[in-house]
Amino acid sequence: MTLQPRRAGPPPAPHPRSRTRTGALPEPLLGLLGLVLLAGVLEVLPRTGVVSADYLPPFSEIADALVGVAGEESFWQALLDTAEGWGYGLAIAVGVGTGLGLLIGSVEVLRRATASTIEFLRPIPSVALVPLAVLVYGTGLESTLLLVVYAAVWPVLLQMLAGVRDVDPVARDTAASYRFTRWARLRHVTWPTALPYLMTGVRLSASVALILAISSQLIIGSPGIGKEIALAQSSNAVEEMYALVIVTGALGVCVNVAARALERRVLAWHTSVRTEAVT
Amino acid sequence: MTSTDVKSAVRADSGLLDVRGVQKTYYGSGRTVEAVRDLTFSVGTGELACIVGPSGAGKTTLLKCIAGLLPPTGGEVRLGGARVQGPPPGMAVVFQEYGRSLFPWMTVADNIALPLKQKRTPKPRRAALVAEALESVGLRDVPHAYPWQLSGGMQQRVAIARAIAYEPDVLLMDEPFAAVDAQTRAELEDLTRSLWRNLGMTVLFVTHDIDEAVYLGQRVLVLSGSPTVVMEDVAVDLPAEREQLSTRALPRFAELRAHVYEQVQRAKTFHTAPAAGASA
Ligand SMILES: Nc1ncnc2c1ncn2[C@@H]1O[C@H](COP(=O)(O)OP(=O)(O)OP(=O)(O)O)[C@@H](O)[C@H]1O
Ligand SMILES: [Mg+2]
Repeated sequence: MTLQPRRAGPPPAPHPRSRTRTGALPEPLLGLLGLVLLAGVLEVLPRTGVVSADYLPPFSEIADALVGVAGEESFWQALLDTAEGWGYGLAIAVGVGTGLGLLIGSVEVLRRATASTIEFLRPIPSVALVPLAVLVYGTGLESTLLLVVYAAVWPVLLQMLAGVRDVDPVARDTAASYRFTRWARLRHVTWPTALPYLMTGVRLSASVALILAISSQLIIGSPGIGKEIALAQSSNAVEEMYALVIVTGALGVCVNVAARALERRVLAWHTSVRTEAVT
Repeated sequence: MTSTDVKSAVRADSGLLDVRGVQKTYYGSGRTVEAVRDLTFSVGTGELACIVGPSGAGKTTLLKCIAGLLPPTGGEVRLGGARVQGPPPGMAVVFQEYGRSLFPWMTVADNIALPLKQKRTPKPRRAALVAEALESVGLRDVPHAYPWQLSGGMQQRVAIARAIAYEPDVLLMDEPFAAVDAQTRAELEDLTRSLWRNLGMTVLFVTHDIDEAVYLGQRVLVLSGSPTVVMEDVAVDLPAEREQLSTRALPRFAELRAHVYEQVQRAKTFHTAPAAGASA
């Protein structure tokens, strides 16, 4: 008997984005068009006097300032500092959240004992910890890290807790009946089940971490883009301030794109399970 | 293996698998279900017994108790003389929900190899066992596919391949052929019998299909409807050499099938213990 798998080879690429008739334009081009339109509006509003150019300079001037800023070494240093605060903070948050999530999630007693504590701690806005951070760490990178880690750990932890609980009872029985060791169960059953949840957590945390990194620089004045924005504002360099705001927006987009790419890579089998499973 | 089946009911040895007064009640929130009331039987070493019974009779529950996955509320299960308190070594289970028992994040070959790795089977031997098992269920070409890329029947065969690659002493199968076509089913039935005869393992086989139970088994245990007891233990005195067409054409096969059929019909309304003695 020769049987072919319904589909051999690696899991399929996700379905192409709905390329329905939104005009003859493909989606990326359409998105670009939207951005150009926004730039146009930002150009016209101050020029026609609808908004005072003191508060919102025309887009062309912001773009000029952006080019100017990009030529300064201090800008790149600030960008690096921000990336550092974000990256280290996120890494710590993911590590701690994943570890705690696995531990708490697999031990029923721990899960029940910590549930209310988590519900209490989670809603505390990270910025409420600014005074504490300054008191303990001053205005350096550590302060940023404290705030970033505190905010970014929750999505990872909560997703991980949900993921660990989602292990299929039949898969669990299978592992038990073949006498998998504790480690093998964690490695081959619990971990792969929780991975999609973890990836969602990481994606959420990545955005939160960026927000917190920049906020803390703005408020505390630890080095980074946030601090540069505050400086630009206080020295009345409005164009420059907007230029830096645009940079933060671009950072956000990069973070999101990177997180989604990672998710797709890691979960190749999973997205396909969702769309292709025969049950 | 002798050429005629041993009448296991009168077999002298203590029996490898001993189910003694097993009772199982599920305590849910507000709902308690007595799935199994009182089951006592034994299956000798190297014996192939089939279990039939109405849906919801507690066959899966019984299998889970035997597999050490569920603690019985009352009674005990003994395997080779020792009380079962957790999944015992040398036992493989083919679950009714075969699809969910395969790990979707692993290829078919990895799914089959992982239990062997847990058993510390050396790598070359592992590869050979995986290939052999896939070959015997007719899935030679799919080791690198993922389970979700296969049809339901193919997934079921992968689950069976995983169990036989494990080379168990005791094999528990919970309606393992439910999702395959008639032709494949016949092949798998013959495969089960030949594996059983070659490897000398003890097989407990749950099925809804009365023909299948009679064709496969040396014994057929008929369970009553819930609350469940063993209603009858039918010895299948057909020749050990079985063949799909000729065996099923035997007058004795028809008699046994009719007998088990009546019992199963009775099982649906059965609630008190003793039934007529086993068929002669
Ligand atoms: N986890 C559980 N919690 C509560 N009740 C359960 C549970 N599992 C099974 N039951 C109940 O126990 C009874 C027996 O179920 P079981 O799955 O053992 O039946 P079965 O004989 O395998 O049926 P089928 O032939 O349909 O597979 C049913 O009434 C079912 O509702
Ligand atoms: Mg069942």
